Amino acid sequence: MAIDTTLTPLADDYLAKTATERRPGGRRALRWLGMPMFLCAVFGSLYGYVSTQELDSIERRTLTADALWQRVREHLELAAVSTVIVIIVAVPLGIIATRRAARFVTPIVLALGNLGQAIPSFGLITLIVLLLGVGFKSIVIGLFAYSTLPILRNTMVGLQQVDQTLVKAARGMGMSGPLTLWRIELPLAVPVILAGVRTALIINVGTATLATFFGVKALGYVVFQGIQLDRTPVLVTGAVMASGLALLVDYLAGVAEELLTPRGL
Amino acid sequence: MNFLEYLHSNAGPLTEQAIGHIRVVGISVGIALVLGCALGVVAHRSALLRPAILTVSSTLLTIPSLALFALAIPLFGLGTPPTVVALVLYALLPIVRNTVAGLGSVDRAMLRSARGMGMGPWRRFIRIELPLAWPVALTGVRVSTQIVVGIAAIAALVNGPGLGNEIFRGLRSLGSPFALNFVLGGTLGIVVVALLFDATFVLLRRITTPRGIR
Repeated sequence: MAIDTTLTPLADDYLAKTATERRPGGRRALRWLGMPMFLCAVFGSLYGYVSTQELDSIERRTLTADALWQRVREHLELAAVSTVIVIIVAVPLGIIATRRAARFVTPIVLALGNLGQAIPSFGLITLIVLLLGVGFKSIVIGLFAYSTLPILRNTMVGLQQVDQTLVKAARGMGMSGPLTLWRIELPLAVPVILAGVRTALIINVGTATLATFFGVKALGYVVFQGIQLDRTPVLVTGAVMASGLALLVDYLAGVAEELLTPRGL
Repeated sequence: MNFLEYLHSNAGPLTEQAIGHIRVVGISVGIALVLGCALGVVAHRSALLRPAILTVSSTLLTIPSLALFALAIPLFGLGTPPTVVALVLYALLPIVRNTVAGLGSVDRAMLRSARGMGMGPWRRFIRIELPLAWPVALTGVRVSTQIVVGIAAIAALVNGPGLGNEIFRGLRSLGSPFALNFVLGGTLGIVVVALLFDATFVLLRRITTPRGIR
């Protein structure tokens, strides 16, 4: 893993595994196989651990395959819906914000974003739920509010770091403004934008764990049941599944990132 | 009861929770600073261990906070201990990463001339590498603190200290007219704590950066 030397004091930069990280060939295999192998080992030992426990009736009810599968589905639904909405809103906004007429908004957005980082996700979602009521919709809005910034900012940064001489050359070749954006600027910005999408996705998968307090029984429900009823097997199952899911999603997002990056970059 | 009245009548408990929040974040970041810098130095020196250290610490940051707090319960019980453990683990990555980057950015010619002046490896590290890498490492600590102040809100779940308790109080009294006050009080309190920490870091950076590279 290469260390990027750009050191902006922004929290989610550190969640993002920057798109520019590339390893030499020999380590590549390890990179692609390491995480699936690790996850198999984790889920395998979780299964082994739970199946050797003497489960009482409460534990058995919470830990059926059907119930757990339902938790995973609701978890993924929350994360997927909110991430898709964020992409649909934030990428176009980021493009608009970098057009010449709107350049003045860039510092404002970045400053607001920095300030917004100080708001705890848990408090923010609770506030939204208080105002709009419990349920799927409120949580999605909360996740949306919290994960907009990485995509918005990465879209803006990605477009701004495009070499301006390339843009000028494209215009000189007779390309129109929109065509330049589509053929030159966006493809060159894709790696950075994708890194932002990945960050947002991970924030959403992680924060969706809290949905149990707001009326949606995602994997956090299993964790919280375990804490409240003092049932360690339930707690461990929920926590390990939630972590494993987050790592799996992060891994798949990394694979997608690699595949979607235009060749030659 | 409006928000100002609530703040007025709850000033005592709120301050206490804020102090609890600051204390648990301070302790966790302090431990993470020592641990993270040590790991950072190891990762800087050993090309073999570097990917392992960085991968593990970035994996830790991917784990959902509720899950990490919960996993700490069977091992450390309830209250402050699982909170500190979880927060330390979350704080590691930015510190390790920035320590490695800071040490990596030290000019090699400088180290060579220090050696030429007769400095031993230990003195080179203390007098040259560490002061030069410090501002970058400190930025990592600042980022860590920012992350951890927010995550500490969830510590209330494992009976940990801090302003998260006020948010939970609001969540439990969902539907009552006071709920909004509690949640707003806890949330804004955390924002204030985060800003206070950030201001401290700006000051700390000015004070601790050697004059020559300020």
